[in-house]
Amino acid sequence: MQAALSFYGTAVGKKMVVAVTGLFLFLFLLIHMLGNLQLFAGPEALNHYAAFLHSKPVLVWGFRVLVAGAFALHILATLQLFLQNLGARPVPYRVKRTVEIDYSSRTMIWSGPLVLLFLLYHLLHLTVGSVHPDFSAGDVYRNVVTAFSLWPVAAVYIGANLLLGFHLKHGLWSWFQTLGLAHPRYNRWRNCFAWLLALLLATGNIAMPVAVLAGWVD
Amino acid sequence: MKLTLHIWRQRDRGDRGRFVTYRLDDVSPHMSFLEMLDVLNEQLVGRGEEPVAFDHDCREGICGACGVVINGLPHGGFPGTTTCQLHMRHFQDGDEITVEPWRSKAFPVIKDLVVDRSALDRIAQAGGFISVRTGSAPEANSVPGPKEAADLAMDAAECIGCGACVAACPNGAAMLFTAAKISHLGLLPQGQPERERRARNMVSAMQREGFGACTNYRECEAACPKRISINFIARMNRDFLKASLLHGRERGGKRQAR
Repeated sequence: MQAALSFYGTAVGKKMVVAVTGLFLFLFLLIHMLGNLQLFAGPEALNHYAAFLHSKPVLVWGFRVLVAGAFALHILATLQLFLQNLGARPVPYRVKRTVEIDYSSRTMIWSGPLVLLFLLYHLLHLTVGSVHPDFSAGDVYRNVVTAFSLWPVAAVYIGANLLLGFHLKHGLWSWFQTLGLAHPRYNRWRNCFAWLLALLLATGNIAMPVAVLAGWVD
Repeated sequence: MKLTLHIWRQRDRGDRGRFVTYRLDDVSPHMSFLEMLDVLNEQLVGRGEEPVAFDHDCREGICGACGVVINGLPHGGFPGTTTCQLHMRHFQDGDEITVEPWRSKAFPVIKDLVVDRSALDRIAQAGGFISVRTGSAPEANSVPGPKEAADLAMDAAECIGCGACVAACPNGAAMLFTAAKISHLGLLPQGQPERERRARNMVSAMQREGFGACTNYRECEAACPKRISINFIARMNRDFLKASLLHGRERGGKRQAR
């Protein structure tokens, strides 16, 4: 316990907690996306998949608890690091230029909370159904299609997943760096890996509202 | 060339400080940035004003004493260049140049452009050493080590502790400095006995000094006048993780009674 506390007490330790929980959340997102892509296989496939998940409450709830725990740790450690950074430069520069920072690394601290807000909306929208105009438990296919037929809803989903893509692009690259997985032979692949997986996840998720809007799925 | 300088002036630690604008009319492009400040100071002293205080020592880019933020970039932002090795030919006639001290909670301003960087010394003291017997120097070839590791250790050992990494980091983190110090000893055979303790102690010392945390922006390696790579930060993280996971666990070399 003492060792765990002194590990977590350092910025490096907190970063590692953010990295490990972040990777776990990414794996969840990947499974979530692959399951949902059954939208393209028709109402029976998607509804059958949903019914299968709901027939295994231990699995579903166990997974939900793990994901919620990972979220809590990911956010808590990030918040603590953010506060540490805020205090590290009390007098700002009058002129400050940057050389290497890219869009996704600069916006991590905003893309995170925005994606979290979206997540709350998403849970109320398609899991609980309380902000869905015409929700019927069990008919996941119909819920998704009627939801995305409204363009503002589809736009929110598309925007949130673009943000998530940027968040993941920096997060997946950082995962290697933070956990010390760096070697000149493999380093150039880390960026490709991060781009590829971030793009894969964002494209897969965005494909669903786009397909409904375009009328390919109804 | 003619220049307009906006320089941070601060009497002492307690003073709030402010920017003061100076005009220089006769700057030679062959001067270094510090020589340009010397010229300014001669004029200030001639007018009976207080000269601008700035840190400097070797003026050949190897001591790490100099360092100011020039137009928003530490050491002016030229690759592998310290402030003393930055020449005025990189500027244009009529340029406006803003000169600020390193900004960090851990680096309090002592006067004008001079900051107190002893926080870095305290990190080094926490583990930046090896324990050897005193006496005459040991025979150099008695401890074999791989050439690649020695080269890598030298890359890390190039760190002059100027603090540009902290100044450049949007979070004010000192990870690149600490990583370089941990790595340069951790790569050598003489540094192995204390390797894990070193990683834990130096990372903890960095925390105590009030530096920020790394967000993998990579601004530090761009600003480093010795072009030290953030690969050393990954190496530090690796050492720290291993040291934390295994700390105090490897006991029980003897059979225990049940």
